[in-house]
Amino acid sequence: MKYRSVFDIIGPVMIGPSSSHTAGAARIGRAARSLFGRKPRRVTVTLYGSFAKTYRGHGTDIAIVGGILNFDTDDERIVHSLEIAREEGVEVTFVESEEVPEHPNTARLHLEDEEGEIEVVGISVGGGKMELVELNGFELRLSGNAPALLVTHVDRYGAVAKVAGVLANHRINIGYMQVSRKERGSEALMIIETDQAVSDSLRKELSELTDITGVTIL
Amino acid sequence: MEFRTVAELVELAETEGLSISEVMIRKEMETSQKSREEIFGLMEENLSTMEKAIEKGLNEEIRSQSGLSGGDARKIRQHMKKAKVLLSGAEVLEAVSRSMSVSEVNASMGTIVATPTAGACGILPGCVFTAAERLNSDRETMVRALFVSGAIGYCIANNAFISGAAGGCQAEVGSATAMSAAAVVEMAGGPPSQSAEAVAIALKNMLGLVCDPVAGLVEAPCVKRNAMGGAIAMVAADMAMAGVKSVIPTDEVIEAMFRIGRDMPPRLKETALGGLAATPTGRSLERKIFGNLEE
Repeated sequence: MKYRSVFDIIGPVMIGPSSSHTAGAARIGRAARSLFGRKPRRVTVTLYGSFAKTYRGHGTDIAIVGGILNFDTDDERIVHSLEIAREEGVEVTFVESEEVPEHPNTARLHLEDEEGEIEVVGISVGGGKMELVELNGFELRLSGNAPALLVTHVDRYGAVAKVAGVLANHRINIGYMQVSRKERGSEALMIIETDQAVSDSLRKELSELTDITGVTIL
Repeated sequence: MEFRTVAELVELAETEGLSISEVMIRKEMETSQKSREEIFGLMEENLSTMEKAIEKGLNEEIRSQSGLSGGDARKIRQHMKKAKVLLSGAEVLEAVSRSMSVSEVNASMGTIVATPTAGACGILPGCVFTAAERLNSDRETMVRALFVSGAIGYCIANNAFISGAAGGCQAEVGSATAMSAAAVVEMAGGPPSQSAEAVAIALKNMLGLVCDPVAGLVEAPCVKRNAMGGAIAMVAADMAMAGVKSVIPTDEVIEAMFRIGRDMPPRLKETALGGLAATPTGRSLERKIFGNLEE
């Protein structure tokens, strides 16, 4: 089931004019910001399909940048996000791609600063809902509805068991889990959606495990 | 409380002796693990946001950035006060003007509730607030109406689609119209089966509708399609409550909408490449608007 909650249908409360092109876009931007963990210095937004054709009219550009500035879908500051980004020293570039995407409303976001960079691909599936489908070259499927842990690790036996063990000790139930890797024995990514929220101290505990290279809470 | 189709939803409501809104509330409690009060409170906030949007559009001068929309809801209200004869009737025009009002607020980057999307956000508030005025409904009945429409939207979204980009306007304004028709039937005391009939009757009259917004903006023809969605929803609700039945069952109408949407070419799905967007006037407006925006 793509839609699980009544509030996926009646909601979100949002700044218009388009749930897929404005609210969904803002949510993609905000998820990228949350994965990056801080305000980026430079952002490149590549728009595909209907996003590329109609973004100016729908405020898709404004909404994505609003999300990157950590604004929620109903935050009236979204309307002025491009100016706010400029004032806060976030440099934003938009690219309209001619490439035909699998989903009509697709955006690729590249966020960077002196300390690092990430690249996220998000799709806006309708009604303000979005999914992240790619993170730093890893394929994934993440809705941002449930608390999620993103764990990068060395692709070696036991890594999954160690993480699952720590979660079990803290009585955290895994609702959904996905493991993805670029190639055998290289870097891999675990996506774990949990029923309970994951605290920052637990994040630290997970990141200290051997073979674990990074832990992000979304 | 599990249902996937409208038929399953109606059967569940009937066998348990519950209203559609009650089934949806109980299902939400199970899925979200939240209390009834919390869920009801969240929906009540949505209702308040809708009310504010209606008031804003009817009382303030609304104009979108492009200049393509704004002020028509107020025009209708003024006409209703002055005209000697209203050809379609005051109730229909109440729903139409409220639906337009919210849709105009949306186009001007105001705050609305996506129901199920922002492009179709006028219809449900337009119908619920008009029906409430007619029926003297209390706040609880109105909040429940939002759960009814949510239950129908849930079935449509999971079996077909609800966005213009995915399935054309029939998926977006069509879904909202069907959801609203079902909602006002429950408000008026109709049983779950009549809500389901109202869905079928409303959605049938939206089948094939393409998404062809001028300049890609959620304005023309979206605001007027919200207005007419409000009218169709109210009439479909009355038809269903009169005992009129859809020859094609509700879930099959939804499936037909899905198949029609899949067959629709991309240029008629929110890309602003076909339909009204591609008319000479549509194109010249597009050039004018984006020329101005670039300056």
